[in-house]
Amino acid sequence: MGASQSGRVHKFQELADKTGFSIEQIKNLHSRFTYLTQDEDTLRREHLENISNLAINPIRRQIIEAFFDKRNLGENEKGCLQEISFEEFVTVLSFFRPPKPRIPDEEMKNIRKEKLRFLFNMHDTDNDGVITLDEYRRVVEELLSSYETIGAETAKAISDGAMLEVASVTVGQMGPDEFYEGITFEQFMQILQNLEIETKMNIHFWNLDTTTMKCGK
Amino acid sequence: MELKMFILVVVLLVGSLMPLRGASSSLGTGTTHDNHGLQNHQNSSDTTPSKKPFPVLSFDYDHVRTPFEISLWVLLASLMKLGFHLIPSMSSIVPESCLLIVVGLLIGGLMKLVGENPPVLESNIFFLYLLPPIILDAGYFLPIRPFTENLGTILMFAVVGTLWNAFFVGGLLYGVCQLEGHRLGNVDLLSSLLFGSIISAVDPVAVLAVFEEIHINELLHILVFGESLLNDAVTVVLYHLFEEYTSVGTINVTDVFLGIVCFLVVSLGGIVVGAIYGILAAFTSRFTSHLRVIEPLFVFVYSYMAYLSAELFHLSGIMALIACGAVMRPYVEANISHKSHTTIKYFLKMWSSVSDTLIFIFLGVSTVAGPHEWNWIFVVSTVIFCLVARVLGVVGLTFMINKFRIVKLTSKDQFIIAYGGLRGAIAFSLVYLLNEVHFPMRNMFLTAIITVIFFTVFVQGMTIRPLVDLLAVKKKQETKRSINEEIHTQFLDHLLTGIEDICGHYGHHHWKDKLNRFNKKYVKKCLIAGERSKEPQLIAFYHKMEMKQAIELVESGGGSKLPSAMPSTISMQNIQPKKPPQDRALPQLSKAREEEIRKILRTNLQRTRQRLRSYNRHTLVVDPYEDGWNEILIKKKKMMELEKKISQMNNYLTVPAPPPDSPTIARARLASDPQAWGMKSVTESIPTIKVDLASPQSPESVNVVDELSKKGSQPKVSDEEEDGLTMKVPSPVKQRKDKKPDEEDDKEPQQRFMRCLSDPGPAAEEEDEDEPFLP
Repeated sequence: MGASQSGRVHKFQELADKTGFSIEQIKNLHSRFTYLTQDEDTLRREHLENISNLAINPIRRQIIEAFFDKRNLGENEKGCLQEISFEEFVTVLSFFRPPKPRIPDEEMKNIRKEKLRFLFNMHDTDNDGVITLDEYRRVVEELLSSYETIGAETAKAISDGAMLEVASVTVGQMGPDEFYEGITFEQFMQILQNLEIETKMNIHFWNLDTTTMKCGK
Repeated sequence: MELKMFILVVVLLVGSLMPLRGASSSLGTGTTHDNHGLQNHQNSSDTTPSKKPFPVLSFDYDHVRTPFEISLWVLLASLMKLGFHLIPSMSSIVPESCLLIVVGLLIGGLMKLVGENPPVLESNIFFLYLLPPIILDAGYFLPIRPFTENLGTILMFAVVGTLWNAFFVGGLLYGVCQLEGHRLGNVDLLSSLLFGSIISAVDPVAVLAVFEEIHINELLHILVFGESLLNDAVTVVLYHLFEEYTSVGTINVTDVFLGIVCFLVVSLGGIVVGAIYGILAAFTSRFTSHLRVIEPLFVFVYSYMAYLSAELFHLSGIMALIACGAVMRPYVEANISHKSHTTIKYFLKMWSSVSDTLIFIFLGVSTVAGPHEWNWIFVVSTVIFCLVARVLGVVGLTFMINKFRIVKLTSKDQFIIAYGGLRGAIAFSLVYLLNEVHFPMRNMFLTAIITVIFFTVFVQGMTIRPLVDLLAVKKKQETKRSINEEIHTQFLDHLLTGIEDICGHYGHHHWKDKLNRFNKKYVKKCLIAGERSKEPQLIAFYHKMEMKQAIELVESGGGSKLPSAMPSTISMQNIQPKKPPQDRALPQLSKAREEEIRKILRTNLQRTRQRLRSYNRHTLVVDPYEDGWNEILIKKKKMMELEKKISQMNNYLTVPAPPPDSPTIARARLASDPQAWGMKSVTESIPTIKVDLASPQSPESVNVVDELSKKGSQPKVSDEEEDGLTMKVPSPVKQRKDKKPDEEDDKEPQQRFMRCLSDPGPAAEEEDEDEPFLP
């Protein structure tokens, strides 16, 4: 018992160092993980789909997929996993950790790049490195999916307009016969630079144990 | 040159003000005397009415005295404001509020020289007439998102910060007075605490006046400004508490406890009152589709009633007004017409500007007028303690707040927040309200407050701009929001809510999401008329953006240059996936021929655009029952042949027509609203003229037809019978749509979707009168 405890603590420490969470936060996330998976070792999609609050979220599919996307787990290969372990769960969640207060600008830029990369991967579902018009269209459609009266044409027009804007801003001049492949990661970063992702894309990971408070289910 | 004339006019006005008042006292009584005399004569002796020559021209100042003077003051204030902007060098160094106070001082000085009693800023007038427009303007246009995101911080500063300031200043001043002894001995603890509470409140009027000119980033602006608005509740409670109990002399624990309860009641009560009136206003606006002209009136009157009702119960009027404006805005804006929206915006800005100017001028005049009692020690120590208290308060609170914030406040931010704590006319009016009997040292308080106000407005107000530049504080971003940013903001909202749900705790995003869903499901249905209630925010944003672009386009008039909205040459075809050539139904024209066609079309369009400038651009509507209608129909067929070519020049994106009865469509119209023109659904038999405003050729649609048919220069293009540019008869279009869905799909999606900009006149079957929008 003691050996496994210390082994787990050791593992937590490793995780804490790797992802930047504190030990307390990792412990809380672990309890949440076991709660979600109902004491199994690995998390599967069905476990996440069981969260009732998530069911009404219009982009739930993409959120769930993001957890199983290999690109977010620091591996250079593409594709998805079918189930993830606790380390991978925490790794994905570390994208949403608020940056520490006093860090140099360089590091802030890196953090912003990582977060934007996460967003980019969420949009780029076929892993080809660019967000094509179809993929963007699907994003807008899903965003609007909670409104029943909106037809597909509206989503199409909006995504067309957005795409046009990206192209205009990033590429500028194109001849009438050239074809714009899609949004690359650099262009993605460029158009969202005003959004201050590093301050917005964060959630609070409290140091309290919230699973016993019966939230989130 | 114009400056000299301007100064001459102003001097004349001011000059007329003096002798007028002097003359009024003598002449006024003179004329009334005369009248009385005449009447008496007539009453007493019917026999011999003394015959006076009939007064051809008489002078009766008393008759119009009050409104005349008010108007004169308002005129003077506005001319002053105008004058400052004629001197560009001044307005960039000195904030407007300082100049206005100086003007007030000058006028007050002049009046005193003449021997007149300068008018004082009466608290009644201030609180009931001058303050509400400014607060309503601030509340109605309050940026809700940053406000709610930083609400915790703002509340901390407003409540805890003001309390700290009040007690620190009050306590220390009491100590100083006790130490000083003889002249200040009668300032007891409660009086000095009262004084502290009055002077510690950051003033929204002054903050607005100064911060508006320095354009700092949104976060700091909302922090200081929000604090100035929300500390009203604290000020009200402390003021009444100390004022009540000063006469008694002591204060015990029950009173303190009651004070806390009172604070909660005052603030929450004010918000509730405001919210109720806001909801009433929103609900009323749902039914105003037939009487668009009085829509702005509802907004103003409901808000003013909210303020007065709150003041009735001694609740916080400012918070009521803010709550009312913020609550009603999203719903009212969805219901009212575009013109009403503009009217509201401009009236609010106008009133708040006039109020603001009057307040500062009167502050200057009252300084000259008011009874003063200068006491070096008291005044100087007040100023010093205020500054020290503010700095300490901000630093201390930020230290605590930063533990809970994601975006920490840097020391630069703290400095600006501390430095931006300006005092203003509210403090002055509150002191003025003090009863002289209970507070024998009132005049001393008055002097001290005026000194502090002057110090903060002049010294801090003038130096904050260079300091902001020196410290390189982030300025407000002037860039417009792009559609990508909007999409991703919403995406992020949902993403973060989802992650919070996965992690299992109810965070900020969870509650916001819940509120939004509640809003969508229940509230919007009640308060927003018609189809608009179901419109998602993204669509509304997109329509707004498109409309702005379209209006810019038309207002730029045309000419050979495309407006700068889309300087790139990227058009839809660059983005559409390439189709193999055999899908094109169009015969291949040679490049030269294509160029020729394009050139012809372009020149024609420019010419018609210039012609159109002479037309009244408010009446782009064509009445289909006019005689020329049949002609137009014939020409329409010819136009269809050109559409293929025209579409390639179409650099502008059009959006799908929103559901036919959506007011956003109608809002995109340029026509003035003569009558209620409902939107017809596309399937009705009345042919609709759809003008695609978002494309360069659109406004001239009708004329283009004429021009081109006259020229006879229509190339033989195969009839792509897609909807073009100009007119379509709805039913055949529908059929065509069904016939060739695939071909058209990716090639010219933009052509199918037109923004309907003009509408036929009211048809016989105008069933649905409750359409929300009047063009």
